[in-house]
Amino acid sequence: MLKEPHVGAPRSRVDGRAKVTGEAKYAAEFPAPGLAHGHVVSGAIARGRITGIDTTAACAVPGVLEVFTHENRPRTAWFDYKHRDEVAPPGSPFRPLYDETILYSGQPVALVVAEDSGTARHAASLVRVEYEAGAHETDLLRAREDAYVPPKRRSGISPPPKPRGDAVAALAEAPLRVEAEYRIATEHHNPMEMHATTVVWEGGGKLTVHDKIQGVLNSQGYICNVFGLSKEDVRVVSPFVGGAFGSGLRPQYQLFLAVMAALALKRSVRVVLTRDQMFTFSHRPETINQVALGAAADGMLRAIRHDAIGATSRFEDHQEVVVNWSGLLYHCDNVELGYKLAQLDIHTPADMRAPGAPLGVFALESAMDELADKAGIDPLELRLKNYAETDENEGKPYTSKELRAAYRLGAERFGWSRRSAAPRSMREGRELVGWGLASGVWEAQMQQTSARAVLTADGRLEVATATADIGTGTYTILAQIAADAFGLPMESVTVRIGDSSLPKSPIEGGSWTAASAGSAVQAACHAVRETLFRHARGAEGSPLGNADLDHVAFVDGRIVLAADPDRGIGLIEAMRAGGAERIEHEQTASPDKANQKRYSSYTHSAIFAEVRVDEELGVLRVTCIVTAVAAGKILNPKTARSQVIGGVVWGMGMALEEETLADHRLGRFMNHNLAEYHVPVNADVHDIDVIFVEEQDSRTSPIGVKGLGEIGIVGTAAAIANAIHHATGKRIRDLPITLDKLLERPPAERAR
Amino acid sequence: MAKLHVSTTINGEPTEFLCEPSQSMLDVLRGPLGLTGSKEGCGSGDCGACTITLDGRLVCSCLVLAAEAQDREIRTIEGMAEGDRLHPLQQKFLEMAALQCGICTPGVLMAARTLLEQNPDPTETEARFWLAGNLCRCTGYDKIIRAVLDTAAEMREAAR
Repeated sequence: MLKEPHVGAPRSRVDGRAKVTGEAKYAAEFPAPGLAHGHVVSGAIARGRITGIDTTAACAVPGVLEVFTHENRPRTAWFDYKHRDEVAPPGSPFRPLYDETILYSGQPVALVVAEDSGTARHAASLVRVEYEAGAHETDLLRAREDAYVPPKRRSGISPPPKPRGDAVAALAEAPLRVEAEYRIATEHHNPMEMHATTVVWEGGGKLTVHDKIQGVLNSQGYICNVFGLSKEDVRVVSPFVGGAFGSGLRPQYQLFLAVMAALALKRSVRVVLTRDQMFTFSHRPETINQVALGAAADGMLRAIRHDAIGATSRFEDHQEVVVNWSGLLYHCDNVELGYKLAQLDIHTPADMRAPGAPLGVFALESAMDELADKAGIDPLELRLKNYAETDENEGKPYTSKELRAAYRLGAERFGWSRRSAAPRSMREGRELVGWGLASGVWEAQMQQTSARAVLTADGRLEVATATADIGTGTYTILAQIAADAFGLPMESVTVRIGDSSLPKSPIEGGSWTAASAGSAVQAACHAVRETLFRHARGAEGSPLGNADLDHVAFVDGRIVLAADPDRGIGLIEAMRAGGAERIEHEQTASPDKANQKRYSSYTHSAIFAEVRVDEELGVLRVTCIVTAVAAGKILNPKTARSQVIGGVVWGMGMALEEETLADHRLGRFMNHNLAEYHVPVNADVHDIDVIFVEEQDSRTSPIGVKGLGEIGIVGTAAAIANAIHHATGKRIRDLPITLDKLLERPPAERAR
Repeated sequence: MAKLHVSTTINGEPTEFLCEPSQSMLDVLRGPLGLTGSKEGCGSGDCGACTITLDGRLVCSCLVLAAEAQDREIRTIEGMAEGDRLHPLQQKFLEMAALQCGICTPGVLMAARTLLEQNPDPTETEARFWLAGNLCRCTGYDKIIRAVLDTAAEMREAAR
């Protein structure tokens, strides 16, 4: 009898014990002898230049070691390309303390380094900065007039596909039309862990860097390029990352500042940002969507137009995939999509959980709901009617697409058939009840990744790759995959990640880590298996005889004949027979280029939401969400469900709460703390149900995985907004949907 | 200014430390005492990641002056397990996937333990509101609440 594999089973997090006991160490928690502490001074204006910095008072505080500004900072690389990290968009990357120019409000203008953090913080308050302010613009609604098509595309981000058919003519002729503008506010990632870097000065010019980053190799490459260091001298080690959601894809300014100070002072330095400084770099760009749908009277789509304008900085063209989803979610012959950027005096936005997708899909899926209303068709039926069997943007079949099953299973679990169509037709007591749905979609990807596996004669297995676990469960799924390769208990496996000395891995993002790192670990384990198997066959009197690798199984620490599991040889015995103390292999797993050329690969979801709205007060609760996800193979239902529920609650935040508000007169984000930047809390959340739809996919990755980190958020805000319309009759097209918008009478009409 | 000498009890151990008058309890825990299980998520009492108990009362340690610990009893996440034996809440959090990145986890566990000490049989709504001050960005909360309610049921059963 073969035992149940670990892969596919709900295994608990292997790093869970370290986290529930508080033992897990994060970037700001690694000790170092003689550690100095840096505190950042943030700039006060949105645009202009520094005319003077007076650090006298700060320097006079006992315990202050140095105050770094643009006037005295050490030299760094001259060329822009040296400052570009692995995932930098086109443009000229921000350089902390580079010169007197101010590019955005909150920009770091000085670093105070002291013997302890309290002294550094106090001294930072004594740094006096004088500015000459220039005219600034932070309002996208004004800057949209100057929006432009980014001249250079961002690597890995597909521009909108070429138009197909004639959307303008088809729209003009369509019996049913929906045309509206949908807007999503600026959001900030706000992982619970603040960005932090501890640089350990190892002597002899060597540094060990503990950085809050989603890819240690990205930090390592950046530091080496900027400061002219050799990779042999810089090791980045980040075993645990306290959430990031994209804020840790690019090295952030605390890394630069901590390394700069450590090199200048020749000692260990830590820089931890404050929560308000967490609002001074990455964010999800405010985005405006204009959508026009044309349909026949029966709801069949005739035309789709979707144009989006996203905010970016003055110095980089941050791009996301916002509109392309509208060309592939539904069958339609006439489609025209456009994507532009508008520059503001802000820091460059960054990828934030499912960058682009929840913005564009909110607009499309809201418009589909409006169309269902106009056509008098059930919103689910409308989607099934217009179901796309192939990717019509690219003209390719999908590697797999079980969205139809997701609609069906989600609707059954939710009880969608009991919905009464008319808005305001369902109520319970003082509360209006609304049911809404939306589709979700995210690209399934795999990236080239290397991994090493080492089996030692004590029966332990170590697998290693430089990827990260930002709370996603990477440690756990890699342990499952590795343990299964040898039929070992998970306790026999050690997973090492988050270390730049390990085999090469891309940043952890885009939902590709399970597919990529998982495939690499499996490949490395299989290579070890082959060597081990040779030893096993060569053992004296080996019961495996002439069997080949396909005819044996690895069970309970033994290699046995699949047809006769009683006959086999122990792993350790096999190693001894071959005189091997350890078997080590490194392998690289790459996506299948031929498959990539022939097929499109996406994960899909169907989200059903129930809201209850107090009719008089407008108080709103999301009382139930059912999301049915089709994402290929599920390695671990426990961690997978966690990822999806987390994403769903992000969707709730986007729908109802999250909004970074700027005072455009000052050009500054004003609610830069967790009291005023609202994220969902325990009391906001009610029933959330996740269904994983059976989906076989052998083409996206060798292990059948399509990824789960992003899909939970995509479409969720639309489902909630649609439910709000169903409950109240109000169509709110500006996210988040806050009380004031719900109570406004008559409802704000943005429809043209 | 001269440093203050503070004598206190942390997780049952008599402890002494020196601190600045302006230093927060969280700073001293994470710095000189090396108890980094309590996390700093905001420094302004908004997120609950630094939650500890002071004489049994839940507090955000970022809002407590270290000097206030004099002659008081402090409990932190480091004292929650008894040796190798996890507290039932820790065990249940692990089994029910009520944690992800782990930054909010210590604070949530400290708050949940105090909840169950004061109210061994909370309703879901009571648990959700009690823990509403402990922000989490990863888990979506659902599993945290299930884990707390399940632990409560088990602890009640065990106490019978």
